[in-house]
Amino acid sequence: MNGNMEYKIQTENLDLYYGGFHALKGVSISIKPRAITAIIGPSGCGKSTLLRCFNRMNELIPGVRIEGRLLLDGRDIHASGMSLTQLRKRVGMVFQRPNPFPLSVLDNVAYGPRVHGMTRGAALEEAVEAALRATALWDALKDRLQTPALSLSAEQQQRLCISRLVAVEPEVLLMDEPCSALDPIATERVEELMRLLSERYTIIIVTHNMQQAARVSRETGFMLLGELVEFGLTVGIFKNPTDKRTEDYVTGRYG
Amino acid sequence: MERQRQFDKELDSLKKKLVHMAALAETMIDSGLAVLVQRDAGPAAKVREYEQEVNRLDIEIDEYALTLLATQQPVARDLRFIVAATKINGELERIGDLCINITQNSETLLQQPPLKPLIDIPHMADLARKMVRDSLDAFIAGDPLVAQAVIMADDRVDALKDQVLRELLTCMISDPRTIERGLALILISRHLERIGDHAVNIAEDVIYMIQGRDVRHPRTPKERPPESEL
Repeated sequence: MNGNMEYKIQTENLDLYYGGFHALKGVSISIKPRAITAIIGPSGCGKSTLLRCFNRMNELIPGVRIEGRLLLDGRDIHASGMSLTQLRKRVGMVFQRPNPFPLSVLDNVAYGPRVHGMTRGAALEEAVEAALRATALWDALKDRLQTPALSLSAEQQQRLCISRLVAVEPEVLLMDEPCSALDPIATERVEELMRLLSERYTIIIVTHNMQQAARVSRETGFMLLGELVEFGLTVGIFKNPTDKRTEDYVTGRYG
Repeated sequence: MERQRQFDKELDSLKKKLVHMAALAETMIDSGLAVLVQRDAGPAAKVREYEQEVNRLDIEIDEYALTLLATQQPVARDLRFIVAATKINGELERIGDLCINITQNSETLLQQPPLKPLIDIPHMADLARKMVRDSLDAFIAGDPLVAQAVIMADDRVDALKDQVLRELLTCMISDPRTIERGLALILISRHLERIGDHAVNIAEDVIYMIQGRDVRHPRTPKERPPESEL
């Protein structure tokens, strides 16, 4: 077994090129399990690119080249034995703008389990209920499971997207600016949900809102121009960062 | 309807640490005075033991408050609360130091026969301890009236200190053999008066925390906010 089992996800000298553009430069990061890790940095620093590496979403972009190793539970995710479908089941993603399918609430949540042939009938109903309970949507929607998902509020749609992931029993949740489209109260509620979910799942959140990173995450990584400049306990990053570039960024002095 | 935030639990935790620290300080006042009044060196050990804990809490509370500021970016009353907490922390730590000083002066006095019956100094200690207790009660309850009462109580403590000084000066002038003991007692009364001052500081911080009004350093006694204003 390769890698250190103390970590859920690890990268070793990860480089990524979009054609000629060197987007990730020698990134080595270690993500602990069942905790929230945040990645912050200015626009274009590579944080979303890094996030998309964890479930190999970058391969959907033409001209992408990746070098270096990426491990999930100590196993290389680019190794020939690793199924892409299995990877994306284990490592799910939530996006900035909620993207529920144009289907009912029920069909959104049941979609994944059905595709994976996981459950049928009563067992499927239980899986849907469990997934909706996990995101505190069950009470509000249990009598309205046929409601079109697109008619829900933005916050509910985002919770529904998380339910959709939870239904296929992932291990890691990748969240790319999950609260950007939400108002402050909804943001706070989704952050509470994240805290709850982190007891079961490993959560990696990319956010340009550093106050959010400070509030929810246990560890934070700061990226700049494709490099991982600093990584450590969130409390340390926001009380006393080691690198001047980190300090300039979190204090708003980065121009 | 007010929501219970994760942050509220953390603020509660901060409150509890301060309450604990204040309880230690109050006990230290009592024990320090017991050495003097009961002429017993025994309680001194407790004062020293509690002082270690007070110092530990001093560091812990400041670190915790800084962590909350860094990670929660509080505003309005939450911000004032945390800032007040760090200041109150400092005042309580100083009170702990003063209790050690009282204990040391009291231990010195044990080595000679008592100079005179002790009335004013124990009275000062009672008042000072009550002021510390009330200032923390005001902090926990968010009660500006209780805080204001603490500020007003300081005049009595100051008056007693002056009285003690006058009496002991008279004593020392008439008989130089009493100077060593007289000075030790004057110092003890001074430490108690300073404890009262720190309790006043806490009360002023509490008023700022609750109302956002800074009542420190009024230029004249008339500028002190009257009770009716609160």
